[in-house]
Amino acid sequence: MAYIVVFAPLIAAIIAGLFQRQIGDRAAQLVTTGATIAAALGSAWLFVDVALNGNARTYELATWMAVGSFEIAWAIRLDTLSAVMLVVITSVSSLVHVYSWGYMSHDPHRARFFAYLSLFTFAMLSLVTADNFIQLFFGWEGVGLASYLLIGFWYKKKSANDAAIKAFVTNRVGDFGLVLGIAAIFAVFGTLKFDEVFAAVGDQADAVLTVFGMNFAALELIAFLLFVGAMGKSAQFFLHVWLPDAMEGPTPVSALIHAATMVTAGVFLVCRSYPIYELADATSAIITVIGAVTAIYAATVGLAQNDIKRVIAYSTCSQLGYMFFAAGLGLYSAAMFHLFTHAFFKALLFLGAGSVIHGLHDEQDMRNMGGIYKLLPATWILMLIGTLALTGVGIPFVGLGFAGFFSKDMIIEEAFMAGMDGVPFGLLAFWIAILAAGLTSFYSWRLIFMTFHGKHRGDPETLKHAHESGWVMLIPLILLAIGAVFAGGLFVSDFVKSGAMDFWAGSLPPGPYAEGNYGPGATGHHPPAWVLVAPVAVTLIGFLTAVYFYMLKPDLPGKIAAKGGPLHSLLLNKWYFDEIYDVLFVRPSRALGDLFWKGGDQRIIDGFGPNGVAAAVLAGARRLARGQSGFLYHYAFVMLIGVVGLCLWLLAGAEV
Amino acid sequence: MLSQLPILSAITFLPAVGAVAILILRVLMRAEDQALLERNARGVALFVTLFVFALSVLLVVDFDTSQAGFQFVETIPWLPAVGISYKLGVDGLSVLFVLLTAFLMPICILASWKIERRVADYMAAFLILQTLITGVFCALDLVLFYIFFEGSLIPMFLIIGVWGGAERIYAAFKFFLYTFLGSVLMLGAMIMMFIAAGTTDIEVLLTHPFARDIQTWLWLAFFASFAVKMPMWPVHTWLPDAHVQAPTAGSVILAGILLKLGGYGFLRFSVPMFPDASAFFAPMVFVLSIIAIVYTSLVAFRQTDIKKLIAYSSVAHMGFVTLGIFSVNEVGVQGAIFQMISHGLISGALFLIVGVIYDRFHTREIAFYGGLVHKMPVFAAFFALFAMANVGLPGTSGFVGELMTMTGAFMVAPIWAAGAALGVIFSAVYMLTLYKKVAYGDLTNPRLESAQDLNMREWINLGVLGVGVIWLGFFTTPVTDVTRAAVGQLVQQYQSAQTPEAADMAPIEGSS
Repeated sequence: MAYIVVFAPLIAAIIAGLFQRQIGDRAAQLVTTGATIAAALGSAWLFVDVALNGNARTYELATWMAVGSFEIAWAIRLDTLSAVMLVVITSVSSLVHVYSWGYMSHDPHRARFFAYLSLFTFAMLSLVTADNFIQLFFGWEGVGLASYLLIGFWYKKKSANDAAIKAFVTNRVGDFGLVLGIAAIFAVFGTLKFDEVFAAVGDQADAVLTVFGMNFAALELIAFLLFVGAMGKSAQFFLHVWLPDAMEGPTPVSALIHAATMVTAGVFLVCRSYPIYELADATSAIITVIGAVTAIYAATVGLAQNDIKRVIAYSTCSQLGYMFFAAGLGLYSAAMFHLFTHAFFKALLFLGAGSVIHGLHDEQDMRNMGGIYKLLPATWILMLIGTLALTGVGIPFVGLGFAGFFSKDMIIEEAFMAGMDGVPFGLLAFWIAILAAGLTSFYSWRLIFMTFHGKHRGDPETLKHAHESGWVMLIPLILLAIGAVFAGGLFVSDFVKSGAMDFWAGSLPPGPYAEGNYGPGATGHHPPAWVLVAPVAVTLIGFLTAVYFYMLKPDLPGKIAAKGGPLHSLLLNKWYFDEIYDVLFVRPSRALGDLFWKGGDQRIIDGFGPNGVAAAVLAGARRLARGQSGFLYHYAFVMLIGVVGLCLWLLAGAEV
Repeated sequence: MLSQLPILSAITFLPAVGAVAILILRVLMRAEDQALLERNARGVALFVTLFVFALSVLLVVDFDTSQAGFQFVETIPWLPAVGISYKLGVDGLSVLFVLLTAFLMPICILASWKIERRVADYMAAFLILQTLITGVFCALDLVLFYIFFEGSLIPMFLIIGVWGGAERIYAAFKFFLYTFLGSVLMLGAMIMMFIAAGTTDIEVLLTHPFARDIQTWLWLAFFASFAVKMPMWPVHTWLPDAHVQAPTAGSVILAGILLKLGGYGFLRFSVPMFPDASAFFAPMVFVLSIIAIVYTSLVAFRQTDIKKLIAYSSVAHMGFVTLGIFSVNEVGVQGAIFQMISHGLISGALFLIVGVIYDRFHTREIAFYGGLVHKMPVFAAFFALFAMANVGLPGTSGFVGELMTMTGAFMVAPIWAAGAALGVIFSAVYMLTLYKKVAYGDLTNPRLESAQDLNMREWINLGVLGVGVIWLGFFTTPVTDVTRAAVGQLVQQYQSAQTPEAADMAPIEGSS
């Protein structure tokens, strides 16, 4: 079953990719969609078998590399952590495949699109089922490749190409860390297999690595380097710049890759390597801070964006920040829980946005939308559900609510408890999380109001042709909406509460609630009631503010924007990150490249080296040979003489 | 069973026999039979190279991977008075290069099918080149090695000079100047070794303990020659010019095999024969390697000529090889050999890619192209594959070599690996930018409208290389198993040869 889950998408991708001309678009779509649905069904079965029934296991398929102890196998590792990821990946992927039948129906290159989607799915699956760091890296780069191909899917567009390269290169900056982290692991542990590394972590707690004469705790360094990789893939602060641009890709891609699955790979990596992070306090603190900063940064930028997809992209970035600071605080199970629920509602929001874009004939600017809820009623309701889930609407103390209510509020609560417990930056993360939750609510409702409500602000012609999406697009949305409503309440016990110990079965620490130290009904200190109420309260405030600005006084935001305070332009321009990086990295690289080439190679090396010598030699040779035509043979001949001369010399020398 | 036959001599000299046959044909045939002659020349060349390839496959299959020493050794006394003999043999370090050479040659012949000028001479030159290069990897005698090593320059030289582009004389000249300097020094070093050890037998020399102060000079002399061949920064500037001027197949051989002579030389001579000097100079090599990786990557980024870009990228990739070799641990050295073989396939393929569009449009200017994917989808797919392999994407052979060499370097000192890892970022920048400019975007240049996708020969060439790149990307043991024993012995000897004061280089101090 595991083989089918992992390899069906690969085989489908190969068939659809290489033989699209022979089999045609329709067959390519059928084969890829069928394969991912099969994988999804298989994953569900594996989830029950592995996670719920506790049959963790590993299949070794073949040897990839074997050099001394540098031994890497192709493997499928199944434990609860990978089973959770399998379910998320294959279910969202298969729904996205189905959705794309409608969304991409007019594209002449559909077959290629579906091949890429399936290729991505395979890479992601191989990432999460790795039993060693190298296979993980294989999947890591594989999803990066698929992401590059899919962002640049419309390769005629320059902006799409540039965004694709930006995504790949920014991820490579992260990989710089990840590769070094892997090398460091091998240097310290002498192996790259998860089980062997994690078993030996305790023995290496005092190991030291020397870089430039400075001593670093090996585990801290490894943890940090791995995290740099995670920052790239998961678009964390400093390396987040590619994610908004990645929205150049078709919307189903944004839903699958840039919301539900690939961008969460960084969270997965940190969770997978938690035994290292447990012993790396300093790095964990860094993760907390970076995660918290990302959460608030992306939320602020999300306030001012006008492109519907970019708002959701920044929202994704912000939510990933939540997951990271949770992981940094040691709340791995809560991070994974949020990853799990987030996949459903964020994919829902993206696909819903895609439905809007599709219905309005490729209009993405929210300033040109408005008042279309009657035209796209189903999309509207589904987007509402997604928003309710994202903002975490629910009733505290009763345990009723949308998915985000359980997972996000769990992170907030546990962050508070961790902070009270003295984990560094715990309380900072808590307060930032509260604030970001308010902002999340504001920008999410702003999106809904600007898109669906008020008066239509765009071209009336578009409005005439606006249409609700067909069933092939709505059904995936409905299924995701079901997930967005129930995934939280249904699984909260398994992921983070009483069932967590059994559920994770050692693949992750089950979290404070599971250990019975805290929480309702436990003996330890409870989070006070206000901590439980606070997120819901700020969500409500955010909602009301959005109502005020965008429903009651719809002219107000425009006026504020028109006045163009520095704060607004700072937010609109994403804190000028692109500009700063351009000045700091892009231009100097170009300048250095030119300098090395024209100055270093041509002027100095060639100038003093061969050309200088050549000029001198040529001047002499011209006198001798009176021309250049015969030069080559000439030199060849000289060399032959040299060789013969050597033989003679040796011969003569020996006889003497 | 093969060991009873002079199989190495056969692999080495059959191409030369083929060349002689072609040249005899040329003399015998009348001028009006030009077309027939050319057809025959191509046919003979292809047949001979394919046959040699088959022999090489047999050789590797029959090669005993559990042994570290030389196999298939053939010895014929040559100049008994001085103890110089004709001695051939292969071990785990060299046997795969023999195979690589034999593998790339038929591809080169196929890629040159449409050469128009002096076809018979061209084919003969390639066959002779093959003999000489194969000889370098098989030679077990200093004199023989030197003859092959230097001799291999001559046909290359002619290929660039006769069939090259407009500036071929300048390029060939530069090529000659650089290599000549190194050769002179190497020759001197070999004479010195002969005087010190009293033999030219490489197998014996490998066990001869050279005095420490002599080692330093010998090492430097060999380094001068091998560093140029590699090429290492700052003696790399001949390579871009040579590549740009060389015909496509010439570039393939140059990047695919000739560059590997330097790396092979380090493994055959510098590291095992002069271990103390190697340890002493290793930091310098690391610094040069890092500079090569970063510097040439940045230069590659700014190129406007496709071939130059790929040539500079070759220099950067060779930086990983020197990094791995001089880390002298199993992962690093295995990685270096793997990287050389992988680079032979990838850079060869990339030069073929350039050749494909050069044949059609007669320019290598990046700005000329754009949007080729619309007219040449198969070409674009292959280009994407090899571009990604060059970037070092896992699942291609390019990844394995980079990963292993970096890991090996990390074990010596993390900072070297960090420098090399910068190349991981830059390679993505220049390759993807190149790909974007050539393949993606709108087809704006009207002259590209007529573009034809790959023909059968190009398809076969790129397909074969593509399979190789991906296969080695997923399964590395076919290479590493062959090299394991020899590399193990190399590393072990190197470590045991280290004098105690040089031994405390390990950066990791465990808790114990």
